[in-house]
Amino acid sequence: MPFTDHTLELDGCRTRYRRGGKGTPLLFLHGAGGMPVVLPFMEQLAQRFEVIVPDHPGYGRSDEPDWLENIHDLAYFYLDFVAALKLERVVLVGNSMGGWMAMEIAVRNTSRIASIVLVSPAGIAAPGAEPADIFLLSPEDTVRQLFHDQRFAEERLAIPVTPEAIDLGLKNRHTTARLAWEPRLHDPFLPKWLHRIDVPVAIVWGKEDRVLPVGIADELKRLLPQAQLKIFEHCGHLPQVEKAEEFCDFVVRFACK
Amino acid sequence: MQIVLFHLMPYADLDLGEGRRNGTVWVTLPNRNFDPQKGHRLYNRYLDELEYGEELGFDVVAVNEHHQTAYGLMPSPIVTASALARRTQRVKIAILGSALPLRAHPMMVAEEHAMIDVISGGRLISGFVRGIGAEYHTFGVNPTFSHDRFHEAHDLIVRAWSEPGPFSFHGHHYRVRYVNLWPRPYQKPHPPIWIPSQGSKETIDWASHSDRRYTYLQTFSPVKVVQRYLKQYRDTCAGYGYACEDRQLGWAVPVYVGETDQSARAEAKQHFEAFRNVYVRMPLEMLLPPGYTSRESLKNVMKAKAQMFGDVTLEQALELGLFVCGSAETVYRAFEQYWKDMRFGNLLVMCQFGTLPAELTRANMERFARGVLPRLKALD
Repeated sequence: MPFTDHTLELDGCRTRYRRGGKGTPLLFLHGAGGMPVVLPFMEQLAQRFEVIVPDHPGYGRSDEPDWLENIHDLAYFYLDFVAALKLERVVLVGNSMGGWMAMEIAVRNTSRIASIVLVSPAGIAAPGAEPADIFLLSPEDTVRQLFHDQRFAEERLAIPVTPEAIDLGLKNRHTTARLAWEPRLHDPFLPKWLHRIDVPVAIVWGKEDRVLPVGIADELKRLLPQAQLKIFEHCGHLPQVEKAEEFCDFVVRFACK
Repeated sequence: MQIVLFHLMPYADLDLGEGRRNGTVWVTLPNRNFDPQKGHRLYNRYLDELEYGEELGFDVVAVNEHHQTAYGLMPSPIVTASALARRTQRVKIAILGSALPLRAHPMMVAEEHAMIDVISGGRLISGFVRGIGAEYHTFGVNPTFSHDRFHEAHDLIVRAWSEPGPFSFHGHHYRVRYVNLWPRPYQKPHPPIWIPSQGSKETIDWASHSDRRYTYLQTFSPVKVVQRYLKQYRDTCAGYGYACEDRQLGWAVPVYVGETDQSARAEAKQHFEAFRNVYVRMPLEMLLPPGYTSRESLKNVMKAKAQMFGDVTLEQALELGLFVCGSAETVYRAFEQYWKDMRFGNLLVMCQFGTLPAELTRANMERFARGVLPRLKALD
């Protein structure tokens, strides 16, 4: 099922996004590494959903708008984005930084959101569960930390590094720092307002996550008691990559029930 | 030429093996490696050395700011500069510099510098820096706002020093209802401002602007790089429509003067190499966090990584002009030639580096002061 490329000029920001499949709209918000290619899980989800995967402002092929200073700016941007695309009853899925964005969006307004899947999201801090210092890791160690099964890391590290990939990597890293350097990878005020999320939520985590340890899942479950918690065994920070089939099955079951 | 005695105050008692094993003495080297009793002796020794600089005829003594590192034990240069303000009479005192974006509020910097200027009777030279990349890791200050915070803090400080208060300041990062500095600085309109830098176009364009004309210091760089950036500064001044004065340029470099070239090298070698290969070292990700430099500069550093992050011997450092070492005659001749090429009005010599012990530091300072300093001052 092919994805097509689109550009939306919104809030002064040329925003690139991919769109594929038919059905209920599913907005996937990527993490700190961006989403440079169409991944198998996107193809699989596109068999059941109309999948929309934007490059966030400041990431990938989208512009870097001057107004982008913190995660709240992106929350308001995405409320504009779903309105601009006239999306209703959206399944919102976000991984890592994207999961954080999903929560920031949902505490503000859920009127266009049907349900939310938070996939090892950043956004909150948990006592005793210190995230990896992603800004001190070398590029190779960053890739290795993402996965439990190092074959995924080897595969990714084997891809030749092009000048374009270096540029995109630096751009994504810059925006991630802007949004998440301090407070590191979370918003200390977010827990105060998580109770405002009034749609079904699932929390998905890899048990062996070495970027955001699974201990954070317990804290998030405490803050979102109505949420369904799903832990994938033998899985790192990117369940949608490392456990693609099980992940997609879970999303379908959760969002279509 | 104005000659500045510059000190980093490193933790010279460091177990170098520990520093090597940790990969860096910045950010992550456990502080059990700092022994407060040894620290006590080092601080007092280093302050003595700077005070001795006045007696030896240096024009300026200089301190700087670094955080959570064995590289330099001055998280607050305000403390050392304050001590010097009371213990010296004639020499100027340079803070090179205060790391503006790292400080919670620029008003504190404005106040503290003004205090030292008033206490010392107008002997303060103020330096402003952004702090090095590693310090954005230790402080948690967002490096992608580093330039913005620096410029805004600078504007607030200079206005607080020079404009009648009270007035209000409305910035993006700092907002103050009442800017009304007590004390106002002793010097009019304010202390001279120096900008130490590793070299960047953005910094040169800003510092050399005809509204500012700040003294630009190129620090610890191969001499070719020093030449390139000082020339760039002069060219930029010309582009702004004025001729750069020599006093606007400075070069900071470690120096060792021995009785002979051979003995100088033998005495300095292990200490310089410890400085360059243990104290300075850090991984790229620590040195240049996102936003600290432009992405273009970052890519250039990534390309030069092997060269920048590998070990350098004393011999290689001398060839690169990273270090000036030899008999008084050799050292004088080297600086005379460099001066003829670059016409920097300020030379900052670091007479203590790495593990260089007290006796060698004193001997180095004395030989420099006797055999090099008066001749350099006479250059014009």
